[in-house]
Amino acid sequence: MNIVDRRPNPKGKSLSNRQRFLGRARVEVKSAVQEALRKRKVADVEHGEKVAIPTRGISEPIFHHNRRTGKTDHVIPGNKEYVRGDEIPRPTGGEGQGGREGSPDGSGEDAFEFTLSKEEFLDMFFEDLELPDLVKKSLKDTTAVDLQRAGYTVTGNPSNLSVPRTLRNSMGRRIALHRPKLAEIEKAQQALEEAREAGDEEEIARLTREFESLERRSKIIPYIDPIDVRYRRFDRVPRPNTEAVMFCLMDVSGSMTEAMKDLAKRFFMLLHVFLTRRYRTVDVVFIRHTSTAEEVDEETFFYSRETGGTVVSTALEKMLEIARARYPIDRWNIYGAQASDGDNYGADSSRCVSLLGGDVLPLCQYFAYVEVGDGMGGSLTGLSRDSDLWRAYSEVAPAHEHFAMRRVGDPAQIFTVFHELFAKGGVRA
Amino acid sequence: MPNGFADAAQLKAEMPLFTGPNWDFNGLRRVYEAVERIAFDELGLDVYPVQIEVITSEQMLDAYSSVGLPLMYRHWSFGKRFAYHETLYRKGLQGLAYEIVINSNPVICYIMEENSMTMQTLVIAHAAFGHNHFFKNNYLFRQWTDADGILDYLSFARDYVAKCEERHGADEVERVLDAAHALKEHGVNRYAHRSKPNLAEEQRRTDERRAHEEATYNDLWRTVPQLSKDEEGSEVSEKQKEELRQHLGLPEENLLYFIEKRAPRLEDWQRELIRIVRNVSQYFYPQKQLQLMNEGCATFCHYEIMNRLHDKGLITEGSMLEFLHSHSSVVFQPGFDDPRFSGFNPYALGFAMMRDIKRMCEEPTPEDREYFPEIAGCGDPFGVLRHAWANYRDESFILQYLSPAVIRQFKIFQIADDSSKPSLRVEAIHDELGYRRVRSALSKQYDLSRREPDIQVVDVDLTGDRCLILAHYVHEGVLLEEKTCRSVLRYAASLWGYAVKLLEIEAATDKTLKTYEAAVEPT
Repeated sequence: MNIVDRRPNPKGKSLSNRQRFLGRARVEVKSAVQEALRKRKVADVEHGEKVAIPTRGISEPIFHHNRRTGKTDHVIPGNKEYVRGDEIPRPTGGEGQGGREGSPDGSGEDAFEFTLSKEEFLDMFFEDLELPDLVKKSLKDTTAVDLQRAGYTVTGNPSNLSVPRTLRNSMGRRIALHRPKLAEIEKAQQALEEAREAGDEEEIARLTREFESLERRSKIIPYIDPIDVRYRRFDRVPRPNTEAVMFCLMDVSGSMTEAMKDLAKRFFMLLHVFLTRRYRTVDVVFIRHTSTAEEVDEETFFYSRETGGTVVSTALEKMLEIARARYPIDRWNIYGAQASDGDNYGADSSRCVSLLGGDVLPLCQYFAYVEVGDGMGGSLTGLSRDSDLWRAYSEVAPAHEHFAMRRVGDPAQIFTVFHELFAKGGVRA
Repeated sequence: MPNGFADAAQLKAEMPLFTGPNWDFNGLRRVYEAVERIAFDELGLDVYPVQIEVITSEQMLDAYSSVGLPLMYRHWSFGKRFAYHETLYRKGLQGLAYEIVINSNPVICYIMEENSMTMQTLVIAHAAFGHNHFFKNNYLFRQWTDADGILDYLSFARDYVAKCEERHGADEVERVLDAAHALKEHGVNRYAHRSKPNLAEEQRRTDERRAHEEATYNDLWRTVPQLSKDEEGSEVSEKQKEELRQHLGLPEENLLYFIEKRAPRLEDWQRELIRIVRNVSQYFYPQKQLQLMNEGCATFCHYEIMNRLHDKGLITEGSMLEFLHSHSSVVFQPGFDDPRFSGFNPYALGFAMMRDIKRMCEEPTPEDREYFPEIAGCGDPFGVLRHAWANYRDESFILQYLSPAVIRQFKIFQIADDSSKPSLRVEAIHDELGYRRVRSALSKQYDLSRREPDIQVVDVDLTGDRCLILAHYVHEGVLLEEKTCRSVLRYAASLWGYAVKLLEIEAATDKTLKTYEAAVEPT
């Protein structure tokens, strides 16, 4: 008997099978993921998701008997009341009470559930989305560079000497030119000495010649020749700016109901998760406004209550102020997202337009305006009355490609809207 | 066992082997040796050498997903199985097995690190001795399973599949494996007409075959003109057809074998993949026919051994109670109307039957003497059981040994389900008139050849469109399930390379009841 402790063995033996399975089930999983998103809470987005997928697309069919045809006998345990000759009404639905052998691989299930890891979930989730203008246009000729390996070169800095490559060349050359090996020379020398001891003159002369020729060859053909030497080569590639800041602007005035705030919240959360997957570091700045704007932390932003009037331009001003102070445009990718119910103090809308068009949009990689409705739906169809802000922003939109505006009526539309905004080569409002 | 442990254990035979729940490697060794002594001296078991491997629960899930084998080629269906079991386990709907045991030589017995010492003892008795004895002695395993070669063959299979994926692309390989998996239940030889398979030999032959083909390959042969169909003559007589069928070895019930050998458009590596699926399927074929006996034997052995350990004072009262708790949940059999019911629990029925055999040997009742005159009161229960373990399979074991006492214990009854009638009829129950009927009906229920559809290759239209013709012989009017049948046929067609037809033929009258056809889908 032999006891082996296998616990230290590498884990994740089935990982590649799991990936294959996910790939296979991609279509089903994806629709299940979107379905799941509709139902879940915002704070859960970052966690993995349990998805139930129908086994149809990943079924493993084998030949089966159809149990509803022909005559079969069922032998089962647990008889309590029946005697021979009793008639039992056929159980409805399912396969009846007898003879159901559980299929060992679970293929009898209608759907089975399993849990996706967070990574897998988000991969599926953002699969066909991309960020607009990932590399800042103004940074195309920037000095931030990365070194990238680019093969080998014959000139270079000694610290970049590639020893394996150099020795490989050297070896090839030595073989091609028949440079005698050290062992061969030693052997010849030894043979010569043995001949000397034996005193055979003719043999001595021959071996001397041979030995000297070997010696000469090994001197003429160097062990490492300058032509063997190779250096590692590096290319300088401009590095895309990988830091991003996201400004979340939300109207928290009295007219925003809890449901509307919840919608906005969901949108921001999606955007945040999306950005964290694209950029190494993402800063988030939360700005809420009533008739005045202030920067707040996440908790306050999402959960505290506030009342007051609505002056949207204050939030835009606040955003500009913070951006200028803390996020210089040459180092940061700036994203903005604004959520509001569309109400604004009458005279303020024109100021918003000029602020947005003149100052904010030139700074931003992308700016999205989401107007949250009252949950009645329908607003997506454009039938409802346009709000003040909507009308005002509509003037700005055509001139700026990286500005998008959408309406959201109920949670189920969030993903659709998000998807539209970031779909690869998708439409822009 | 001339070593220190044995002597030490003998000296303090009255001392428990362990106390407390935690296990350690020395403890495992002590327990193993104590169990071994009982197994050899008192039960007369005969086993392969054992290798015990300690694994974590995650590794246990890994082992589940590769159908209980320690290594396996890569395929998405194993990922599916993993996801399925993982979810059940994480949700707490399903506990993990305490052990998995591999029928190889030496027998590999996985035990989980989470188990308590009592459970490890139980597992050693159950798997390392119960299953092990059964693997080594049952005639089906001896006939069909090459315990020495299975691990080597699986590692060959894994590498071969990986190499194919590299060379031909994972998608291509997946396509062949998917199709082969759909037919794997019909990729086994049901009757031994060849010598015992030797998997190492198999691997060597594969290499040789390929080397020979590579060495003798001559591209010129491709250009030699072949007889076109017109020249062969369009009228082929029935007799010639019959000869052709004979030449092809038809009818053939091993569908995968036939396809591997005869499919016109497969490449060599594809045939080899089919062969791998076929060999793995064949490895599992005996297990499917021996589930009840295998689990029954292991459960019976652990029950006997644990009790004897307890009688000798080698395990404490506490562990005995822990063992009994676990044992009784293993052998729990819910009735048919219980929501937990999913057929017979092989542990329960197997264990009950074997215990009953022991009882009949030792304390027979007049009823036993009537039903089992040859064993009742013979006084050698382990001899009788060893004989049964070696020479029967589930179906014949039930037919031979299911006693009225067990039928009463489980209250087994038989109902006839005739789909043309509105209600089911109770045919037999646990009474004097019913015992024999219940017994033979239950035995039929365990007969693999009745449980699985009887499907054979009957003909190939070699002179026409090369359509492969399968027949399902219908017994008692039970047809195939339509949806899965169609999908399986599509898979079959993708392997065969031409259309595949399936006729449902009533075995008694030779009448064709239904026809399916699947054409090759363009890829």
